[in-house]
Amino acid sequence: MIDPIILLFLSSGLFLGWALGANDAANVFGTAVGTRMVSWRNAAIICSIFVILGAVISGAGTSQTLGKLGAITALPGAFMTALSAGFSVFVMTKSGLPVSTSQAIVGAIIGWNFFSNQATDTSTLAKILSTWIICPLLAAVIAIVILKLSKYFGRKMNLSLIRLDAYKRIALIFAGALGAYSLGANNIANVIGVFIPVQPLAELKIGSFSFSSTQQLFLLGGLAIALGVCTYSKKVMLTLGSDLGQLSSTSALVAVISHSIVLFLFASQGLEALLSRYGLPTIPLVPVSSSQAVVGAIFGISILQGITAVKWNVLGKIIAGWVVTPIFAGIVCFIGLFFLQNVFRLIVI
Amino acid sequence: MFENFSLFKRTSELESKIDQFFEKLAEASVIYRLAVRGYLREGASEEFKERLDTVGELETQADSLRRDIEQKLYKNILIPDSRGDVLGLIETADDVLTLFQSSLWAFYIEKPVIHDQFANGFKRLTNMVIKAVDELALSCHAFFRNPHAVPAHNAKVTLYEKEADKVSSELKVQIFESKIKLVEKLHLRDFVNGIDGIADHAEDVADRLSIYAIKRLT
Repeated sequence: MIDPIILLFLSSGLFLGWALGANDAANVFGTAVGTRMVSWRNAAIICSIFVILGAVISGAGTSQTLGKLGAITALPGAFMTALSAGFSVFVMTKSGLPVSTSQAIVGAIIGWNFFSNQATDTSTLAKILSTWIICPLLAAVIAIVILKLSKYFGRKMNLSLIRLDAYKRIALIFAGALGAYSLGANNIANVIGVFIPVQPLAELKIGSFSFSSTQQLFLLGGLAIALGVCTYSKKVMLTLGSDLGQLSSTSALVAVISHSIVLFLFASQGLEALLSRYGLPTIPLVPVSSSQAVVGAIFGISILQGITAVKWNVLGKIIAGWVVTPIFAGIVCFIGLFFLQNVFRLIVI
Repeated sequence: MFENFSLFKRTSELESKIDQFFEKLAEASVIYRLAVRGYLREGASEEFKERLDTVGELETQADSLRRDIEQKLYKNILIPDSRGDVLGLIETADDVLTLFQSSLWAFYIEKPVIHDQFANGFKRLTNMVIKAVDELALSCHAFFRNPHAVPAHNAKVTLYEKEADKVSSELKVQIFESKIKLVEKLHLRDFVNGIDGIADHAEDVADRLSIYAIKRLT
């Protein structure tokens, strides 16, 4: 049984997980559900299972990177870091900025570093910052390649409209499952990454199996994301939708697959090991923004379809989000830690 | 998730029904041609009535297939992107069958007197109309399987429709320059317009199809 106090401190991270599940599931299954090709119930079941699997099996890589940026050593400190990230996401969303949990948590960790007089690892920070730009660009490139291939093979295979529809449904389910797995693997670090160095949970033994604090945290984070998917994502998928809503089903499918691949690339330890074994440049394991990966993929598709007009306001907002979100989260975290330490007399560092 | 196991079964059923629908259209076009040729030869004979009945049956079967396709598309939420287009296409293509049937009924009920001098014109007109409808059936089939081929088929539909217009104008000139009674001229004119109208409708369906095909290809 988890100590209620520990659970209270973990609540900020779990809330972040819930919000992530509620919002980002639309990037994974929004098209399929919005076009009624997959029922929301089935989408929620698949998404929940694969998000948890992704978090538990492949969540370690991105979490380690966040740990290198700032290893928070006290549970109240981790609580405030996650809370300030969640609060920043809430405020930025209200202001209409395409905010990313990944960027908010990075800012919050740097805020903790400042407060605790810890030096921020600049090489890790540079690695993380570079992924913010690389992620949408890579998604665009992957989307272009996949769309080209799908058009080429579509013509070669000469599938009937009805059969193509059946294949699209199955592809949407597989892409959704891969997307959910990748989302769990990549973004779990945002949810519970800051709690890992604290090791708040005791080792759990069930029969001959034992679960470490980190494994339990991954499972809890995954469950929080799944809860967000099951309780609130329907509304987001059906009413708010996502940028995918305006695309044809093929383009939307390509965008979902590209997004899933990008998230997977930035989370896969296996791929990193494989690349480094052959002396190739590795892809940093960093939590990236699911929504910005989708925007990048849509940008790539637009280029291929000859829509060259760049929506500068969207691009401007994304860049503004890169700058404003982490700074805001960092300041909120700094102030919050100050209050926890000096008003509530809690140990935060 | 589990409904996807039967997805391919439903897909095959729907594909088969759509194929059957357009087969009915092509079949009705062949029977229509035979019926008009038979009428020109022997008038409203027993054989003509049998062909009229066959076209009627084909029209009824096509109607039933259309309803079945509509139900399957909506009940199983298939092809949500193109569902409206497919239904529009099938409904307008179904009208071609109705036009075949009503044209033959008009022959059977009104029994127009077609003098030998006009028989060749009626034959040529019917041939052009049938070619336009046959090409339309191919175009509809291509829309489902190979949308890149639709423009080529539609170009032929337009070509045959223009040719049908030309033949019908020539035939009407020939009718009105002839020595037959005015009432007969007016009666024959209505039949020429009735047959030519089928090609016009086929062209309208082909125009819709062009837009649907562009939507599929983008």
